Amino acid sequence: MVFLDFEKPLESLYEQLEKIRQVGEKGDVDVSPMIQELEKKINDKRIEIYDHLSGWQRVQLSRHPERPYTYHYIKHLTSSFIELHGDRYFKDDKAIVGGLGKIDGRTVVIIGHQKGVNTKMRQYRNFGMANPEGYRKALRLMKMAERFGFPVLSLIDTPGAYPGLEAEERGQAEAIARNLFEMAQLKVPILCYVIGEGASGGAIGIGLGDRVFMLENTWYSVISPESCSSILWRSWDHKEQAAEQLKLTAENMFEFGLIDGIIYEPLGGAHANREEMVEILRKHINKELDMLEGMEVDELISKRIEKYEKMGRFMVEEPELEEAEKDSSKELAPAPNEGSANQKSDDHS
Amino acid sequence: MGWFKRLKDGIQTATKFKKEAPDGLWHKCKSCGHLSTIKELRENFYKCNSCNYHVRIGSYDYFDLLFDDSEYELLLEDLVSYDFLGFKDLKPYDERLKAARKKSQLKDAMSVGTGTIEGKSIVIAAMDFSFIGGSMGSVVGEKISRAIDYALQHRMPFMIISKSGGARMMESAFSLMQMAKTSAKLTLLAKAGIPYFSLLTDPTTGGVTASFAMLGDINFAEPKALIGFAGPRVIKETIKRDLPEGFQTSEFLLDNGFLDFIVDRKDLRDKLAELLHLFEIQSSS
Ligand SMILES: [Zn+2]
Repeated sequence: MVFLDFEKPLESLYEQLEKIRQVGEKGDVDVSPMIQELEKKINDKRIEIYDHLSGWQRVQLSRHPERPYTYHYIKHLTSSFIELHGDRYFKDDKAIVGGLGKIDGRTVVIIGHQKGVNTKMRQYRNFGMANPEGYRKALRLMKMAERFGFPVLSLIDTPGAYPGLEAEERGQAEAIARNLFEMAQLKVPILCYVIGEGASGGAIGIGLGDRVFMLENTWYSVISPESCSSILWRSWDHKEQAAEQLKLTAENMFEFGLIDGIIYEPLGGAHANREEMVEILRKHINKELDMLEGMEVDELISKRIEKYEKMGRFMVEEPELEEAEKDSSKELAPAPNEGSANQKSDDHS
Repeated sequence: MGWFKRLKDGIQTATKFKKEAPDGLWHKCKSCGHLSTIKELRENFYKCNSCNYHVRIGSYDYFDLLFDDSEYELLLEDLVSYDFLGFKDLKPYDERLKAARKKSQLKDAMSVGTGTIEGKSIVIAAMDFSFIGGSMGSVVGEKISRAIDYALQHRMPFMIISKSGGARMMESAFSLMQMAKTSAKLTLLAKAGIPYFSLLTDPTTGGVTASFAMLGDINFAEPKALIGFAGPRVIKETIKRDLPEGFQTSEFLLDNGFLDFIVDRKDLRDKLAELLHLFEIQSSS
């Protein structure tokens, strides 16, 4: 078991539990009441800890080494799955995987970032940081889904698109941009889940969809807290602060209207009960796909575009500028004339 | 508040402000150190007389340069950013916005103008690096979105002049979502058969490159502009070796197949006129 820093109180409880179990195995004393008591204690402590997690603690959980990755979901969600490789232009990216699978009788194209499970595999998977060919492979599979009328399931878990020399040569920016453009008009449903890290362009490059959800202990942001700290605070030491400022949790994102919902994880996080996590997701996927597949293609696409069109917060200035200038205290009061993209004022054209 | 004043004076002020910069003032080239007067610089399309370095200019400068008789109508000037997250790093976002408005005399990192080039109508959205590094927040995204609506409504070709460090961190995921929003909106132009030209200028990086800047029917750039997804510093730290000469320049992108051509600023207006001529669309107005 791996304990994160804020889970330390649990670690000593688990150590006690282990000791008592060892005593019990010798068979001299009946330890079951003690075990029961400790298990209750552990559960209570866990509830207490998990009740108020900070943004940074969510980031830590999203990176938990035992957290389920895309392959875990694919393996347990599908009754049949064939992985498909390559972008057909350059090579097969290892940080984005994909293929065709059956989920409860329905054929789905699944794409997702994949991180490695041990040191060697982490390297092999490039830590879940895709190169352009990863995004192009994902697009190839999505276009295939479109041809055959299969819905697309996208699982997002990346610390970012790979910032490498070859990635630039092969057009990392173009690959991500092209996916956004094509996903906006894809004629089949796209269902996205942030299952771990949702870092910036690397995440949204396979993350534009009809419905986008985040697992409870994940994050989604324009930049990782570490990079944000290094750029805005000019030091790596403000990652906790940056995580708070970025408001990157599932709760924040749902509150902002930037995602469609939160998928609650088993107590202690997705890694604490990986099987239960899959079943929670399975139920959700089936419900969402039933709903999305009932929609006409035109409606699906126009609703998808409208959804993104509404994202953004800004003010629409009233034309009484002379007033504003006379009374400087009136300048730019956000509340009264607050505008957002979903409350469009039509006074511009 | 300077920027309020400019608003009141109307659209000509920014241009006037620039034109009133004393002609005799000296400008030192960032690239070769050559000294020229502001007047000389302006007469040479804000390029260095000695090495042809393209000085970073603002949205209004491009509008002056491109539109017939430097006449155009500004659109969407009523959209303003505000600090809806209460974002604070070393400085609150709110203060950054105020400082940027004061320093740049602009309202945000993008202006939208419409007018004609050799008699042909076009909508141009141009970015300003002087406003928080040309960063893309909600206002930039919304201006692009509404400018596209305008182009659709009037069946006019659309152009974006990119000049940006990327997404605006102080608007967190909202700025990230502008990538999806602008790209999604651009599909509507494609479906309507209205051309979209993307001009990339120095610098164009991050979420701007990875969305609308790379999605032009025609992608073109000014010479020697820095264009990329990741910044050179980040790449250098990642790969732990020096970057090759000319890496992430316009010429590098052209060579790697991501640009249609490179255009010198003095030829930009003619090139656009030619594009508009070739792409001539059935206008409804
Ligand atoms: Zn020079």
